Amino acid sequence: MKSLVIIETENQQIKTSSAEAIFYGRQVSGTSGEVIALCLHSNDSSVLETCGNFGANKVLALASPHKEGDIMITAEYVSQIARDFAAEVIILPRTSLNDAVAPRIAVKLQAQVVSNVVGLPDFYNGFTVKRSIYTGKAFAEVTLTSPKKVLTIKKNILSVEKSNQKALVEILSIPAIGSKVKLLERQKSEGKILLPEADKVVSGGRGLKGPENWGMIETLAQKIGAATACSKPVSDANWRPHHEHVGQTGIKISPNLYIAIGISGAIQHLAGVSSSKTIVVINKDPEAPFFKVADYGIVGDAFEIVPKLNSLL
Amino acid sequence: MKILVCISHVPDTTTKIKFVNDKLDTNGVQFIIGPYDDYALSKAVDLKSEKNATVTVLNVGKPETEPTLRKALAIGADEAIRIDADPIDAYFVAVQIAEFAKQNQYDLILMGRESVDFNGGLVHGFVGEMLGIPSLSPCMSLEFVGERTVRATREIEGGKETLELELPFVAGCQEPIAEWKIPNMRGIMTAKNKPLKVISAISVENVLVHRNFSLVPERSACKMISVEELAELIKKF
Ligand SMILES: Cc1cc2nc3c(=O)[nH]c(=O)nc-3n(C[C@H](O)[C@H](O)[C@H](O)COP(=O)(O)OP(=O)(O)OC[C@H]3O[C@@H](n4cnc5c(N)ncnc54)[C@H](O)[C@@H]3O)c2cc1C
Repeated sequence: MKSLVIIETENQQIKTSSAEAIFYGRQVSGTSGEVIALCLHSNDSSVLETCGNFGANKVLALASPHKEGDIMITAEYVSQIARDFAAEVIILPRTSLNDAVAPRIAVKLQAQVVSNVVGLPDFYNGFTVKRSIYTGKAFAEVTLTSPKKVLTIKKNILSVEKSNQKALVEILSIPAIGSKVKLLERQKSEGKILLPEADKVVSGGRGLKGPENWGMIETLAQKIGAATACSKPVSDANWRPHHEHVGQTGIKISPNLYIAIGISGAIQHLAGVSSSKTIVVINKDPEAPFFKVADYGIVGDAFEIVPKLNSLL
Repeated sequence: MKILVCISHVPDTTTKIKFVNDKLDTNGVQFIIGPYDDYALSKAVDLKSEKNATVTVLNVGKPETEPTLRKALAIGADEAIRIDADPIDAYFVAVQIAEFAKQNQYDLILMGRESVDFNGGLVHGFVGEMLGIPSLSPCMSLEFVGERTVRATREIEGGKETLELELPFVAGCQEPIAEWKIPNMRGIMTAKNKPLKVISAISVENVLVHRNFSLVPERSACKMISVEELAELIKKF
């Protein structure tokens, strides 16, 4: 089975979610099948060839890269390339762009699409994948029957094995595609670990009282190489930017370590973080619901505990 | 200007999910307008006064979803459409919406970025592609800068991007596009007399069926530790 995996690079590296998607593709294709990675926004061969580390045979890139991340253009490129290279399974790591693009690709390719996939396909039952539903509270299985298949996969669902294989980079000359949408501006916090990509996350809630108290959270995050997150009331009050808000109406994350500080653990908050591998809660209220779903807890005042923790790290 | 808002009818976000006979146990479950769809509806209602728009709210569902549609009318939609079918599959739902939109020509189609039951997040893209118009998601703001020109922001990893485009298009909405609206007494009264039309669904082949539902395994009990122990724990990651 031939897989096409849509990847991105960041800071001269294959993004971890992309690396995982390539590895996923390798498991789908088996040892003999071909895994092709596709990077639309960069054609830096020295970075792209490292896709081989995760199991790609070949990496495709554009002679004139598409940097704008336009939804319609991306869907068109991916579909054209999927057709040209006769890809059977198109795998997209979940990102803001890929989530928006996947259904358009599926319509163009007359493929079935399954989003939010959390495991490898089970081939004994046709092509059956497990996906996360009810916002992290449950799973269900879906069997795809179309000849071409599109999957968007959740992060941190496989443990990736790395080799030192290099992939062949092939540069494609495809005529530019126009779009009806104009990109005016892109604002992105620089030099910070991106929340959806992060292995570790330090998150603060209303218990921190105000934006002026985030210094200790930032320090902790920096010391341990974590991204920062927050609860909804915190972003609603503009203490923190909206893209840091996790939960039912915010970003859903699945890091290896989630540290929640001054967050009560409302069901809507848990919806966004419950698939974290290890959850640590710091809260002054021993009755806070978050302790019921945490692995480790400290009952106490964040304003004493966090500075002390920082001094120990 | 004609706006179509597509809403899902989903369990309240505090629902304890349980399954019986490989289906959601709806016993005692309260159903609501999907929270993201609620943002889309609120934005459409804001545009009613701002752009003199008419708002049609649409749901693909069985008769039990009508109270949810009535609530949308109470919030401010002008008319409601129920396409009579079980919304089992995102593609199936999108085909119904696209077909309806083709016949009725909307300037703007709004919906939530995803439904909070199956979390597909696919319908906006499907509908955009089926109609051959742009689709954006997750859309955080939407502002008219010309008669038919809109400036929209879309959330991306670690930030947002600002886009400009012309009507018509589809947007999958999220906060802070508008403030959630609560129906007032007058809204509830007038909703009773607003039209709610039921139309039949068209058939779609090869739908995907969710089965073998299971709950996420519970975590073992929380271990209480000291700050020193936490520091040691963190170093292991
Ligand atoms: C439809 C819907 C969708 C929602 N979506 C989301 C979502 O996506 N994400 C989300 O987070 N919420 C969401 N919410 C809101 C959610 O219900 C809660 O209101 C919210 O998560 C509470 O945020 P919090 O824990 O920061 O604040 P609070 O509930 O106020 O909790 C503050 C906590 O801080 C503790 N505390 C106070 N002082 C200290 C101190 N000095 N040291 C240590 N601990 C301290 C308190 O004991 C308390 O537990 C949603 C709600 C609805 C209805």
